[in-house]
Amino acid sequence: MKHLLSVDDLGPRSGIEAMLDLTESFVEVTQRDIPKVPALRGKTVVSLFYEESTRTRLSFETAAKRLGSDTMTFTVGTSSVKKGESLLDTVQTIEAMGIDAIVVRHSSAGAPHRVASWTSAGVVNAGDGCHEHPTQALLDAFTLRRHRGPSLDGCRVAIVGDVKHSRVARSNIKAFDALGCELTLVGPPTLMPERLDGWPVRVAYDLDEVLPDIDVVYLLRIQHERIGEALFPSIREYARRWGLTVERAARLKPDTFVMHPGPMNRGVEIAGVVADSARSLVTEQVTNGVAVRMAVLWTLLGSGGPFV
Amino acid sequence: MSDGEVLLRGGRVIDETGERQVDVRVVDGVVAEIGTSLTPGAGATLLDAEGCVVAPGLVDLQVHFREPGREDSETIETGARAAALGGCTAVVCMPNTEPPLDDGAVVQSVLERARALGLCDVRPAGCITKGRRGEELAPMGELYDLGVRVFTDDGDCVADASVMRRAFEYTSALAGAVLAQHAEDPALVRGGHMHEGAWSARLGITGRPAEAESSIVARDLALARRTGGRYHVLHMSCAASAALVRAAKADGVRVTAECTPQHLVLTDEACGGFDPVFKMNPPLREQADVDALRAAVIDGTIDAIATDHAPHPPETKDVPFEDAPPGMLGVETALAVVLTTLVDTGVLTLTQVLAAMSWQPARVAGLDARGHGAPIMAGRPAHLCVIDPAHQWVVDGTRLASRSRNTPWEGWKLTGKVRHTLYAGTPVVRDYEATK
Repeated sequence: MKHLLSVDDLGPRSGIEAMLDLTESFVEVTQRDIPKVPALRGKTVVSLFYEESTRTRLSFETAAKRLGSDTMTFTVGTSSVKKGESLLDTVQTIEAMGIDAIVVRHSSAGAPHRVASWTSAGVVNAGDGCHEHPTQALLDAFTLRRHRGPSLDGCRVAIVGDVKHSRVARSNIKAFDALGCELTLVGPPTLMPERLDGWPVRVAYDLDEVLPDIDVVYLLRIQHERIGEALFPSIREYARRWGLTVERAARLKPDTFVMHPGPMNRGVEIAGVVADSARSLVTEQVTNGVAVRMAVLWTLLGSGGPFV
Repeated sequence: MSDGEVLLRGGRVIDETGERQVDVRVVDGVVAEIGTSLTPGAGATLLDAEGCVVAPGLVDLQVHFREPGREDSETIETGARAAALGGCTAVVCMPNTEPPLDDGAVVQSVLERARALGLCDVRPAGCITKGRRGEELAPMGELYDLGVRVFTDDGDCVADASVMRRAFEYTSALAGAVLAQHAEDPALVRGGHMHEGAWSARLGITGRPAEAESSIVARDLALARRTGGRYHVLHMSCAASAALVRAAKADGVRVTAECTPQHLVLTDEACGGFDPVFKMNPPLREQADVDALRAAVIDGTIDAIATDHAPHPPETKDVPFEDAPPGMLGVETALAVVLTTLVDTGVLTLTQVLAAMSWQPARVAGLDARGHGAPIMAGRPAHLCVIDPAHQWVVDGTRLASRSRNTPWEGWKLTGKVRHTLYAGTPVVRDYEATK
């Protein structure tokens, strides 16, 4: 694997499972007294973030540092992009410094694919527009597998909210489906993709009807600007019909888990109490993000031998 | 007008009246004689047409030559040269320049520049509204007096139904004038970058639904019916629009339509790799639309194949898909693409293609009055192209005459190429190369 641009790049189920297995080894590393290995010593990883995202950027940079690589950060707010430099010029400039991997976050779908076509470095998609966010899907699958595993076959997952604009949903649907989950998308029709040809999902509009049979509720972040696009009337109406309120959470099976990619809108798609409850995996998702990204960077840049 | 004699020898002539194996003698810019085994006069230029088709010059109803304003993308000179290499003797250039062609002086300057070049007949389309803002009517009468017959705000849709109605009414006093619409409702395509369908959903890119086009076409057809005005659908892209135009034609509405080679061949799947070279407005659609457009060419619902030749310099396309401007090159490759993908595969006959690329578009834009698309017979202006249907070549954007290289056909192996083009009797293309 030269780049990780999409969950598709991981190959079939076995490819995803291999990455999750590798992640287990890196979890072990992160739990050591000195949570660091020299596996990528001498390598340089650049984070190129055209969209502010502190948690994803820090997670990648922590992962890179724990593998012993050097890191550079390039964020739009402080860079030559502000002076009008194109993405292509920026990539060529960074490449001229001698680097091994570029972690790209961009507001345009497919931007990492473009970057990959311009550079000989490995490229990791850290979120591109509404397209994909493959490392999020991996960390979610890893987190879920730890609680429901070893197999996720038949695990019933409801993805709730703004699927249309969600890169997390697009990656997670691919990964969860490959691992054997049964997927239901829930939300207002205006927040569903216009066409679902070939998507391994069923669609429901009534959250209450879906919840009693579900093993995992995966909530997506709701953005206020969608109201201005006439996609739903108000935050209040959204929360009433599709928010995971305390009352709704009480009707879940006792062993149903709640997940959210963050950052959460407490009181909108998820009640604060539910987010902090025992069934919530939200914090663990963040923790596992580092190990997953170590596994991805090691796969792209490592020697292929043992990393310890 | 060129002086002297040009003899096209050994070709098969195909025009609206049929086909025949004859030589064509051109003298002083005019077809002088048709016959078998003609002998060249003293000092005549002899052009070999053995194995080739001699046809009326092609007419492209929609090109963007970017001058004035974006000469880094294309100029009238580079665009007209590309057109001549593509077999065109006339093109209609769109008015979305900077400044736009909404003013007599700007239109005059384009006409003079083209005339001085003598590569082909570059006919400016005029704006429907001032500044292409969709609000007040442009001075269409003044532009008409300069010879403008096609009016459009192309690049943008005339969205206001009342403005469109008044434009229909106003131009009904201008014999031969036609309103050409870029039919995409701006509200329905807001924020969209590709066809709204299975691919846009998968790629997470906001779509431009086909209904944005068909709803405007339906509205405009109702206005054309009411006002008696002439209407032309630019780059028609979807099945629903084709059905509307077919019904309106049967009903006597004065409507014509064109579609592009790319909409007849490619689908939205081409956008799957995020390469902005496949981005255009209206967008590449689905196979069902491609099939419907092909059927509409065959049954005459679509009158013309036009390219929407839209040059953009590399730095504007070497960006993420959503950040790139829409548009692709086409004028130099159109005939070869159509021959390879539609004639060699038996979808269209060569005569159907020539009808859609020569005499029918000539009539849409009133260019038949200037001798374009005319049957090849003595006394007619010698606007001709000679097509070598067997010539094989590979598209290389860097070798096209256009100043830009955003061709969606990069690397395609095509069969068929224009060997000679005669504009007013002058061989502006000779043996596949531009002469000027």
